[in-house]
Amino acid sequence: MRLKEIAKQLDASVVSAPDGLANEVSGGYVGDLLSVVMARAKQGNLWVTVHAHPNIVAVATLVGLSGIIVAEGTVVDPATIKRATEEGVTILTSAHSSFNVVASLVRMGLEGPF
Amino acid sequence: MLKVYLGDLHVHTVLSPCASHNMAPSFIVERARQRGLDLVAVTDHNSAENVVAVVEAARGSGLHVLPGMEVETVEEVHVLTLFDTVEQVLFWQEMVYARLPDLPNEESVFGVQLIVDAEDQPVRKESRRLLIATGLSLQMVVDEVTQLGGICIAAHVDRPSYSLIQNLGFVPPGLALAALELSKNVSAPEYTRRAGLEGYGIVQSSDAHDLEDLGLAHTEFFVAAPTVDEIRLACLGQCGRRAVPHQRMGSGTIA
Repeated sequence: MRLKEIAKQLDASVVSAPDGLANEVSGGYVGDLLSVVMARAKQGNLWVTVHAHPNIVAVATLVGLSGIIVAEGTVVDPATIKRATEEGVTILTSAHSSFNVVASLVRMGLEGPF
Repeated sequence: MLKVYLGDLHVHTVLSPCASHNMAPSFIVERARQRGLDLVAVTDHNSAENVVAVVEAARGSGLHVLPGMEVETVEEVHVLTLFDTVEQVLFWQEMVYARLPDLPNEESVFGVQLIVDAEDQPVRKESRRLLIATGLSLQMVVDEVTQLGGICIAAHVDRPSYSLIQNLGFVPPGLALAALELSKNVSAPEYTRRAGLEGYGIVQSSDAHDLEDLGLAHTEFFVAAPTVDEIRLACLGQCGRRAVPHQRMGSGTIA
């Protein structure tokens, strides 16, 4: 499934790198301890978090994530959007809770890495 | 002319709801001197209401007290913010309070938040919940504190919670921190090597919530004076200044 279809079904906003909407999503991951996400998320995963700090872009690049959904209505830092734009990391935002975003992703057929 | 200051830059008082009732100003000063400390920073959670009391209690004792606060950022990262003067920390406190969620402290859950005077007498209870994330981002904290003439140290980065490295994965490039603090749970040389933190300033402090812990983990500062600028230089190893972290008593100069 491509990121574009997921963004549409979630009614999520795209705040950086819209080109990445063409990315194929391999599965989902959720978490807010970036050290854990770096260790456990898999390439192509779509990551759900409440973090808006620029470090989320580096995590996405490092792991090779297909995108990030910043949930819970968190406003993404301008510095994060700038870096994500430079690095080509697609960030979506959702007003829904992390739980509800993940529930929607599961209904779309996404699975976790383990 | 450089001098050695034995410092514990992370000390709570009875204002922190998780602290023991023995963390009162005169007790802190007495125990710090017994343990050979020259320097402590008062760092309660999101508040500096007891700083003046400890500064006054330390007057004439030979113990230098740095006014400070342990701020919880919006990323739930704990940062020690340290200053030279009470005026600076109280100004900073207003900025922190403005971004502190207005919730009552639940004493049965978190504990009592006691504001005291220099003779350890209770003045009042702080009714706002201090043990909570402020709305200030890590970057905002570092920018504002630096602007005010203070320094920032990322607290207990080796711990599993409220830690810069755990929560944000790694130290954000370009962030103007004076140092990373290690808890009493790790050996500084071993942890620094394992976590790849060579190149960062490293301090170790007690994070004492009880008198028993005060000064056990500590740092030797080789500085010209016990000021935040000198401490920053020492942490970064600049201008001949240096900081040597110690996990426990006996591993450093403290006997």
